[in-house]
Amino acid sequence: MLTIFLSRLLRMVIVMLGISVITFLIFFATPGSDPAARIAGRNAAPETIAAVRHDFGLDRPLYVQYGLMMDRLFITRDLTSFANRGQKIVPTIMSAAPATLSLVAGAAILWMALGATTGIIAAAFRNRLPDKILMGASMMAVAMPVFWVGEMINLVTQSRLHDTWAFSWVPPLGYVPLTSDPAGWFFALVFPWICLALMYIGLYGRMLRTGIIETYQEDYIRTARSKGLSARRVLLKHATRTAIIPIVIMFGMDFGVLVGGAAVLTEVVFGINGVGRLTYQALKALDLPMIMATVLYASFFVVVANAIVDVLCVMIDPRMRQK
Amino acid sequence: MTKSSEKTPAPVLSVRGLSVSFRGARGVWSEVVRGLDLEIGAGETVALVGESGSGKSVTSMAITRLLDPETSRLGGSILLDGQDILALSEEDMVSRIRGQKVAMIFQEPMTSLHPIYTIGDQITEALTVHSPMSKAQARKQAIELMQRVRIPNAEARISDFPHAFSGGMRQRVMIAMALASRPKLLIADEPTTALDVTVQGEILDLLKDLQEEFGMAMLFITHDMGVVAEVADRTVVMLRGDMVESGTTAQIFDAPVQPYTKGLLASVPKLGTMRGEPVPLRFPVVNMANGSVTPGTKLDRTPDTAAPLLKIRDLVTRFDMRGGLLQRRVAQVHAVEDVSFDIYPGETLSLVGESGCGKSTTGKSLIQLSGGRSSGSVDLSGTELFDTSGEKLRRLRRRIQMIPQDPLASLSPRMTISEALTEPFLEHRMGSRAEALQKAERLMRQVGLQPDMLARFPHEFSGGQRQRLCVARALMLDPEIIIADESVSALDVSVKAQVVNLLMDIQQNLGIAFLFISHDIAVVERISHRIAVMYLGEIVEIGPRSAIMERPAHPYTRRLIEAVAVPDPSRRHSRRSQEPQELKTPLHPMSYVPPKRRYIEIAPGHLVRDDVTTAA
Repeated sequence: MLTIFLSRLLRMVIVMLGISVITFLIFFATPGSDPAARIAGRNAAPETIAAVRHDFGLDRPLYVQYGLMMDRLFITRDLTSFANRGQKIVPTIMSAAPATLSLVAGAAILWMALGATTGIIAAAFRNRLPDKILMGASMMAVAMPVFWVGEMINLVTQSRLHDTWAFSWVPPLGYVPLTSDPAGWFFALVFPWICLALMYIGLYGRMLRTGIIETYQEDYIRTARSKGLSARRVLLKHATRTAIIPIVIMFGMDFGVLVGGAAVLTEVVFGINGVGRLTYQALKALDLPMIMATVLYASFFVVVANAIVDVLCVMIDPRMRQK
Repeated sequence: MTKSSEKTPAPVLSVRGLSVSFRGARGVWSEVVRGLDLEIGAGETVALVGESGSGKSVTSMAITRLLDPETSRLGGSILLDGQDILALSEEDMVSRIRGQKVAMIFQEPMTSLHPIYTIGDQITEALTVHSPMSKAQARKQAIELMQRVRIPNAEARISDFPHAFSGGMRQRVMIAMALASRPKLLIADEPTTALDVTVQGEILDLLKDLQEEFGMAMLFITHDMGVVAEVADRTVVMLRGDMVESGTTAQIFDAPVQPYTKGLLASVPKLGTMRGEPVPLRFPVVNMANGSVTPGTKLDRTPDTAAPLLKIRDLVTRFDMRGGLLQRRVAQVHAVEDVSFDIYPGETLSLVGESGCGKSTTGKSLIQLSGGRSSGSVDLSGTELFDTSGEKLRRLRRRIQMIPQDPLASLSPRMTISEALTEPFLEHRMGSRAEALQKAERLMRQVGLQPDMLARFPHEFSGGQRQRLCVARALMLDPEIIIADESVSALDVSVKAQVVNLLMDIQQNLGIAFLFISHDIAVVERISHRIAVMYLGEIVEIGPRSAIMERPAHPYTRRLIEAVAVPDPSRRHSRRSQEPQELKTPLHPMSYVPPKRRYIEIAPGHLVRDDVTTAA
């Protein structure tokens, strides 16, 4: 157990090191990204830029700059933004993270529950009406862009029908911290959750349906049926457990990527100041410290989510356990 | 048609005029079983025999109504323990019939158990689903069942997963599950086909014992006449969905009436028919339409024993098991250990042994396709293969060709036969496209197919024809040696004999040497000049065919030969005296040093491993 944990940790450090180096190099290879010019401001004299460059250590070799940045990011934790003078990077991300985590975790519960239900029901009624309806609906859910769905939801719940009994409870756009007002937190996130989960419900439902139907071709399903198990038990206990493994693996990827910032469209549409939005702004401003921090934060979650998924997979399928 | 002379007062299963139809492409219904009559009494075993496509497995699925009702139709009547199966609803089948009145075991024990539940879970599920009981009680009964089917150490193994069991042990688990609710009828669908001969014998003995104990009726589905002779009281022969002949097993074997039955019996390779024959002998040619038999002819060409074509010395192949923090090697599978032998031009050397003994890995290691780490020396008439790599090795591979076990899987489904045959020829720059086509046409005739079939795709051929195509493909490159890895194992008996005869024709005409890898000893006896017996990665005995078959010296060789099922109904009530054995694996820790083996030459060319002075 300890060796597995240590080897995971080692792998995570290697992944994050690689990503940070690549991010760093790409940044300096990007045209117009010279941080000194940006810090010095518009129409600054060449002497000023040179002075700034020297002050910020930007005239030193790249590997020294990289080392300094890692030091200020992880050890002293006082790395500041290049774009917004004085903005401390680490606290900014720390304050944005809970919003993103709340959004993605809630949506994940929703899409796993509904996606699994959709897939199982569709597989049980394969090629019959319930299957066709569910698959049609999930195809639509996958096809509709998140920002469009979000705007439609806002149009209905915030403006057109906001004053009716159905949606009067919907709070204005934005994030309410869980610690200050749990109920407010929940109500504020209901529609963002639905909006973010919709596509994944469709995607996971379709994948699980295909997986279960394929599993029905396996010899051990025939064994289960010949034992005299009911159709429901064969479906839930014997077919679904094998078919759910690829879904769990995909879930790890998706969850990590979303927590790392890929939920940006939902965050922007619902006015949630999350990590995705932060990353987007940093990229727009070519703000290296913020980009670096958000990218590393994202990769951390991808690696962690994958580690959790590996543990889950071993729990579902004991064959994956190493001897 | 002969009627059974035995009295069956109240048959457990009575099938009358059963017909099964499947809905094929474009909604066309085709009948795959027609007018089948079958009766099995308590304590009786009826064998359903036929080649692939005869409808025997479909029949078993029809009796348990496991066929998809949307794509299949059943006709006639099936009475099981007095109940009309075809009149019951699916709910009734679940709650009253399947797993209670009738239980099944299948051909593939490897895939028939759910891979992610422990075998204890799976056996207790079969117990509790029909009769509610406490967890502790179910566990106790499951352990009892496991002991009944003679799984050693049942109490400890109940929480193991199927992958920790060998094929034979898994089949025992399947049997334990089937017996859970003491069924009236047990349907065994090719239960021993995927198992090694020694394990097959153990499972057959077990089934015979359990049948006596439980007094159940047994429907035994198989293509193997040896197995039929051993287990069945009565036999029903099927051909393409029709019942050809039925009667007591003794009648069917001693006095078959229908030509097809005669042909089927005549094509069964029988062990021991080669006694006293100095050279390999072709299989008798059986006419399946009238059952007449033309005796097999001798292989006239003798091997050229002046200088070996292929000289293998101290071949070792190991596979790594990795683990730990840095995925270091923690153990090794010693798949092939210190194997040495020669093959002479025009000779057939057979490698026999049970699954996992390293015979296939040996074949693949010669051309560096095993995927493991190999060492030793492989000398192909003066060229050391293990010193070559890259382009040079690729060109050398032309001289050693392979015929695979599964021809369909080894022919690309998207290439026409003409493309599949000419590709290696062109790839090795052996001539122009026109020459390649010419050669392909010539070879098609040589392997008994029509040149105009070249435009077809692999799925348009039968299993035997596909194997002929693989032979033709191997011959395209004028190889000096062909490695035939279980090449005829998956074929029906009548087709198997034809393909073996084809290989012998080719050897006679072209003088090609064969490394014939097989677990089927009756076939090996026909085709080989010499035989090497492998066990746990090592050769235990090697020598001329007659010496190995008639005077086996190593205990393992004897065990292997004795275990073969003999198509002789008089042996039905005999039991082998062999203890069940869990297969040993050649998995060893990194520190393991394999013992240095010595071989004793007990007769010219007949070497036996000396186990007395070098015991491991």
